[in-house]
Amino acid sequence: MSTNDAYYIPHKATWPIVGTAGLMIMLAGVANFLNGSPIGTTMIYVGLLMFIVMLGGWFALQSVESETGMYNHGVGISYRMGMMWFIFSEIMFFAVFFGTLWYTRNLSVPWLGGEGAKAATQQILWPAFEATWPTNGPGKVGGEFEPMGAWGLPFLNTLILLTSGVTCTWAHHGLLAKKRDQLIKGLLATVGLGFLFVAFQAIEYHEAYTEMGLTLGSGIYGSTFFMLTGFHGFHVCVGAIILSVVLFRSWKGHFQPENHFAFEAAAWYWHFVDVVWLGLFIFVYLM
Amino acid sequence: MSAVVAEHDHHHDDHDHGPAKGILRWIITTNHKDIGTLYLLFALAMFFVGGSMAMIIRAELFEPGMQFVDPQFFNSMTTMHALVMVFGAVMPAFVGLANWMIPMMIGAPDMALPRMNNMSFWLLVAGVLMLASTLFMEGGAPAGGWTLYPPLVLQTGKAFPFAVFSVHLLGISSIMGAINIIATILNMRAPAMTLMKMPLFVWTWLITGFLLIAIMPVFAGAVTMLLTDKFFHTSFFDAAGGGDPVLYQHIFWFFGHPEVYVMILPTFGVASTIIPVFARKPLFGYSSMVYATASIAFLSFIVWAHHMFTVGMPLAGELYFMYATMLIAIPTGVKVFNWTATMWKGSMTFETPMLFSIAFVVLFTLGGFTGLMMSIAPVDFQYHDTYFIVAHFHYTLVPASIFILMAAGYYWLPKWTGHMYNEKIGQLHFWLSTISVNILFFPQHFLGLAGMPRRIPDYAIQFADWNMISSIGGFIFGASQLLFLYIVIDTIRGGTGEKVTDEVWEDAHKHGLEWTLPSPVPYHTFTTPPTVIPTEHI
Ligand code: HEM
Ligand SMILES: [Cu+2]
Repeated sequence: MSTNDAYYIPHKATWPIVGTAGLMIMLAGVANFLNGSPIGTTMIYVGLLMFIVMLGGWFALQSVESETGMYNHGVGISYRMGMMWFIFSEIMFFAVFFGTLWYTRNLSVPWLGGEGAKAATQQILWPAFEATWPTNGPGKVGGEFEPMGAWGLPFLNTLILLTSGVTCTWAHHGLLAKKRDQLIKGLLATVGLGFLFVAFQAIEYHEAYTEMGLTLGSGIYGSTFFMLTGFHGFHVCVGAIILSVVLFRSWKGHFQPENHFAFEAAAWYWHFVDVVWLGLFIFVYLM
Repeated sequence: MSAVVAEHDHHHDDHDHGPAKGILRWIITTNHKDIGTLYLLFALAMFFVGGSMAMIIRAELFEPGMQFVDPQFFNSMTTMHALVMVFGAVMPAFVGLANWMIPMMIGAPDMALPRMNNMSFWLLVAGVLMLASTLFMEGGAPAGGWTLYPPLVLQTGKAFPFAVFSVHLLGISSIMGAINIIATILNMRAPAMTLMKMPLFVWTWLITGFLLIAIMPVFAGAVTMLLTDKFFHTSFFDAAGGGDPVLYQHIFWFFGHPEVYVMILPTFGVASTIIPVFARKPLFGYSSMVYATASIAFLSFIVWAHHMFTVGMPLAGELYFMYATMLIAIPTGVKVFNWTATMWKGSMTFETPMLFSIAFVVLFTLGGFTGLMMSIAPVDFQYHDTYFIVAHFHYTLVPASIFILMAAGYYWLPKWTGHMYNEKIGQLHFWLSTISVNILFFPQHFLGLAGMPRRIPDYAIQFADWNMISSIGGFIFGASQLLFLYIVIDTIRGGTGEKVTDEVWEDAHKHGLEWTLPSPVPYHTFTTPPTVIPTEHI
């Protein structure tokens, strides 16, 4: 097959249906769980297992195909386009929550405080409410809380993620220069820093919940804080898992300077997660 | 030329596999034609499911007073009808056309990412199944309208989390489909197929794909916040906690307005592909069509709050969204002008695909005009949430998107199956549909202007006459669509028995690559790229 220069078109795909079924069972399980139905948890585990099996099987298949030279230049371009557009969709997903933060801080909370044409409404509905940030609203939803500062763990995490971006690029240089040792070390550092980030975030959350009174239920501040940082943390986990797979493959001797889409995709994803964090650090923690 | 291509195909086909056998063929297929067929058949089925719900709505509204269903179920019907039609029928139908036609139109061997193509179809099925399952749950299916506005939607019963997750599944499916289409168009074109030679259907899908990737995550984010508001104590849409229910409306319509263009841009594309063939002229203003499509797509991101004029926005917002919305009429006008100019002095024939396309031009324009009326903020206070809105968007969706989907069916069925459909029944289907769709929706303008609200199972006595007329139109329209079902089945099974030529329609091979292929098209096409590109459509 490796001499065939045509665009590779697989003739059957067995993993998509497994993944679809897994995802559907898992989500239906979560829905049942939220509705208080006892089968929810079982469905979540079954679905999740199917989904993980699918990921493993599909990734393994792709890497075998890649290593046996079945993908020509054109296939590589399609994969890269696919990854770029996927990251674009992720940007739009985060944009919703950043937009929510912007809207509530700059528009709706001031309106609740009587800004502009809303003065009378405030007098009648919430005369005691003063528009400040952070806030848990005129109903003081969730009770007293302390906002999260920027200069402790969050700043440390910023440094960690930025460093991991550098180690990731260093690994890439290693790959291009055929220095496998540098590639593996760079990836090890990146994955390690990624998981360190997640660990620190777990500590931060723990402090918020146990010592600061800050929870997902702390009004709009708690909602936006945990939604933004939570989805980001989830993406860090996903990115670190993808990088681990790439690390494993590097260790097995995969990837060549001219053929390493999986590495590139993982690196792009990692940089994207990095940039989102910078946005978070500025708009959620600093301002 | 077609003979040459066919030879090429045979030559290179010998190492290729045919389809797998039995039901498994359809489950694990990666072939763009198989997946296109799956999408189209699924969409057709959902068209009838959503259509049955519409029949229930029109039956209840036939007379004032409560007739058949209770109000809760009625509201479920309006909500589910819209969701099924939008996410189950119209969008998948266009993705099906994209799957079938784009590789053939640009001279590609298949879609760029065939395995993902399979997954996006099955995720669609999963999403719709999950949505449909809510009909049978305690508390009923979602009934707060397809816009899922809080706080109302938070009162949904057990169905609520299922509805949210079905949106997630449908969103992932759409994003995968869109990524695949964009990668195919940008990466898989035959070398001679430059961007400005692509058929407009391909162009409109390129832009639609971009819209989809930009907006589906936004909708996913919005419903995720609904979910956490309901189950995890967040306050995104709750003023007591500092949130704002109006925020949901902004996010929804940031998705929602481009979403209506997701349904109409491919419609424009098919119309621009069909009309020149039957007018026997090149498309008038090809490049202006491309630029108009791009402008509409751009504008669609900055007009969303025209759905919210009555919500209490600051005056500057009202004015901005009013003027921005009006701007859309310019590129839309360019398109209508170009279709008309294409037909001008053409030697036209009126086969069923052309009839549906002409009706589309006329009736879509009508829907566009009512849109323009509603864009005027001060008068929209009168129209908002009335049957006038219902009339507006049904004119842009039924005699526009649905008619063009029918046109596409008649136009390409002979190519897909190698059989000719029954032209007499096709024409009957067309005339019945066109007349009844106007009986169905035109009176709703009057009802709306007179003040009849939308999404109600019962109404004041003064609205009785036009409602009855509208319902009668609705029943005729619904019944007429069975003719289409018959034609599809009949054509697949042999149609008129007449063997169709490769070009099917006179000189069609000068307009598009698909007509240079044999009819029916072989399982694999363009395994080597074509070298000669038809340019008559430009
Ligand atoms: C000339 C172009 C158009 C203009 C100026 C326009 C304008 C508007 C406005 C101002 C509204 C909100 C009215 C209200 O709720 O008070 C509206 C509603 C709507 N439009 Fe359009 N529109 C246009 C084209 C389209 C197209 C092409 C489609 C779909 C294919 C469409 C589908 C809808 C839908 C579905 C709604 C109602 C949504 C809901 O409330 O559930 N419109 N349009
Ligand atoms: Cu709109």
